[in-house]
Amino acid sequence: VDADTPLLWALRDELGLTGTKYGCGAAQCGACTVHLDGQAIRSCVTPVTAAEGRQVTTIEGATAEGTTGRVARAVQDAWNRLDVVQCGFCQPGQIMSAVALLSAIPRPTDADIDAAMTGNLCRCATYQRIRAAIHEAGKRL
Amino acid sequence: MPSRRGFLKGAAAVGVGLVVGFRLEPARAQATSPAPAVLAPNAFVRIAPDNTVTIVAKHLEMGQGVHTGLATILAEELDADWSQIRVEAAPADAKRYHNLAWGPLISVQSTGGSNSIRNSWEQLRRAGAAARAMLVAAAAHRWSVPATEITVDRGVVSHAPSGRRATFGELAADAAQQAPPAKVTLKDPKDFKLIGHHAPRVDSRPKTDGSAVYTLDVRRPDMLTAVIARPPRFGATVRSFDATAARRVNGVTDVVQVPSGVAVVAKGTWAAMKGRRVLHVDWDEGAAERRGTEDLYAHYRTLAVQPGAVAHWLGDVPAAMKGAARVLEAVYEFPYLAHAPMETLDCVVELRPDSCDIWLGSQIPTLDHETVASVVGLPQRKVQVHTLLAGGSFGRRSTARSELVVEAASVAKALGGPRTVKLVWTREDDLRGGFYRPLYMHRLRAGLDAAGNIVAWEHRIVGQSIVAGTPAAILRVRGGVDLTSVEGAANLPYAIPNMLVDLHSPTVGIPVLWWRAVGSTHTAYSTEAFLDELAHAAGRDPLDLRRAMLARHPRHRGVLDLAARQAGWGQPLPAGRARGIAVHECFGSVVAQVAEVSRDPDGLPRVERVVCAVDCGIAVNPDVVRSQMEGSIGFGLGSALWSEITVVDGLVQQSNFHDFRILRIDEMPRVEVHIVPSAAPPTGVGEPGVPPIAPAVANAWLALTGKPVRRLPFSRLAGGART
Repeated sequence: VDADTPLLWALRDELGLTGTKYGCGAAQCGACTVHLDGQAIRSCVTPVTAAEGRQVTTIEGATAEGTTGRVARAVQDAWNRLDVVQCGFCQPGQIMSAVALLSAIPRPTDADIDAAMTGNLCRCATYQRIRAAIHEAGKRL
Repeated sequence: MPSRRGFLKGAAAVGVGLVVGFRLEPARAQATSPAPAVLAPNAFVRIAPDNTVTIVAKHLEMGQGVHTGLATILAEELDADWSQIRVEAAPADAKRYHNLAWGPLISVQSTGGSNSIRNSWEQLRRAGAAARAMLVAAAAHRWSVPATEITVDRGVVSHAPSGRRATFGELAADAAQQAPPAKVTLKDPKDFKLIGHHAPRVDSRPKTDGSAVYTLDVRRPDMLTAVIARPPRFGATVRSFDATAARRVNGVTDVVQVPSGVAVVAKGTWAAMKGRRVLHVDWDEGAAERRGTEDLYAHYRTLAVQPGAVAHWLGDVPAAMKGAARVLEAVYEFPYLAHAPMETLDCVVELRPDSCDIWLGSQIPTLDHETVASVVGLPQRKVQVHTLLAGGSFGRRSTARSELVVEAASVAKALGGPRTVKLVWTREDDLRGGFYRPLYMHRLRAGLDAAGNIVAWEHRIVGQSIVAGTPAAILRVRGGVDLTSVEGAANLPYAIPNMLVDLHSPTVGIPVLWWRAVGSTHTAYSTEAFLDELAHAAGRDPLDLRRAMLARHPRHRGVLDLAARQAGWGQPLPAGRARGIAVHECFGSVVAQVAEVSRDPDGLPRVERVVCAVDCGIAVNPDVVRSQMEGSIGFGLGSALWSEITVVDGLVQQSNFHDFRILRIDEMPRVEVHIVPSAAPPTGVGEPGVPPIAPAVANAWLALTGKPVRRLPFSRLAGGART
């Protein structure tokens, strides 16, 4: 792929990892959130070259192993128990942001959640359940 | 095999259940018959030997939970276990899957108008009951026992006297040999085990692990991606284009003209986007709309003082105004709004010489099917429409002329030869591509008597017609009045002796469309906010004023009272907070909301808490109803606070979420939802939660500050959109 290709399109079009979504292409909505060496980043504005030699974690591999996997499983379980999703299109990005938050702060306050999640838009406005699910996942970690 | 076609009749109530006359289409009209071991008694359910129950959803899942709702209804009468339920999207087939809400004369498969559950309610109950009856008949035959001694519970068929049991899967093949029942007995609602209880969403898991497939996620061999350069001003057309630079971009394969613009086609989304950036198009703007939103407001202001087409008339308004102790007037202004679903528009077309497949989140499969066949020049039977999950819509995927499908099919056709192409709209395309909730101006006047009662009401609405010039006009335009523009105003529930509601529908070259809750998005605001202005002026309590005029509307009173009670209406609040209330009926449901509002440091409303009461008949999935109310409140609140599409000299000013603001998590209020218990058939929940929130917030703001909010969005209170 061309060096200027955003990581998002390399993941989706080249690797077939379509769980990571396009929503804005401008780091304005968070639907494309993945982890780069454990940090939540917007893959739609991150050139693929910036990921070279680094660990990229997408929604497909989030639950695989290690600490991140344990947090991701707790987050997904909470999302399912509370039936957070509506259209679901933003949710992989929401979950990746929530996993990054809970990996850093296992028992976040509402203010922590606001700060970490405010860049992840949900047009269905499932925010109340996202907040509740993050608290619920945190309690089980 | 016995014929499964049946015109089945019956009518009398038997025991605690109902015997109903019904007609179910055969499971398969054509081609691929299911394996004989599969029980497929009608178009809506298949029971396989592996014990799965597959429910065929005729409605698009776009977030509203309809797959879960449809499955709940059928599984209830089938007495299936929720864990064995699967849901798949129906193919495009209006004969079997038309929307019953549009009446017997219109056969269109469609999702919209919050009527999916409402129109499917009896159909799917009967479909489930018929399948259940065939399983029972098969068990009775196999065990040589009377069918009346057999019970069904959570996917297991049992004969208690003999201790025999069998799963649905074990009985499926035998049941498929049974004739469908001549009549079915529906359950007494008190026996419901799923309806009204908690059935988890069927789409939660795939939507949280990344495996859910949306149109954007479709991958086909040798698939290309297309983006289209569309004119900057609505109504312009391509005069010529220079694709030299675009073709030089690595990955770009084709640049082709299509009716809506010029398509750049590439071996990947990024290459297509890059190619479009360096494409030069010369636009013919002779027919383009060059007016801006301020020009339109100025024009609409002149219309707002002239009589319009009458939508509702009662008593003698001029005389009542003359006799009133005082007359109040207010003008409200509503901007264009984009739907901005998180998944932008997209469609995959696979065109072969003698057949074609398309994949999209189709809200009107019948129209999309006809359209793609017509564009590519194939008979409809050679075209398959695959409906996928949609990443939101809010009306955007329901256009009267299938414009998205025209575009995608036109690109595939222009490429020539067998090709597969995915058309993708970027966010900029989405926000600048039109099909907005129209800009409206409302002028309201009311006469109050000496006691503060409303004796006259005059409501004039100015704004583009959504349906004019579309096939939907036949249904929605009466006497020059687009019912879509006046819904919620022409049927105002309040008992006012003299009323006039009229309408101007100016023609503007900016494409408009229904937007979640449609007319009620502006009529609920103008009527409910004006009512509070009147209450304020008359010194009346806003709840009391409403209740006094709703004696004939018990559902309205019911939700108002429930919301008010749960919100503590009349109880003291901390300093700097106030409550506002609003109620509105649309799509068969009535919703009241109480908003608790404070003032944020920027001088804008901050909504702390919302108490919502909804009467939607029987709540099929109470948790889905709650989630739709929560989401509708967030959707409506974000729009009221922040969202507007503005146009200057014909050019849309917004381009992405930084300047078309929607609600963020830190702005989401605490929402409590209360559902009115009801035995009435279910009504809509996808849209009715949206209209009350904006006026409830405005009314709280009036109570807090003494100032009405007459121009949306609220961010204009702080001098414009804040990013």
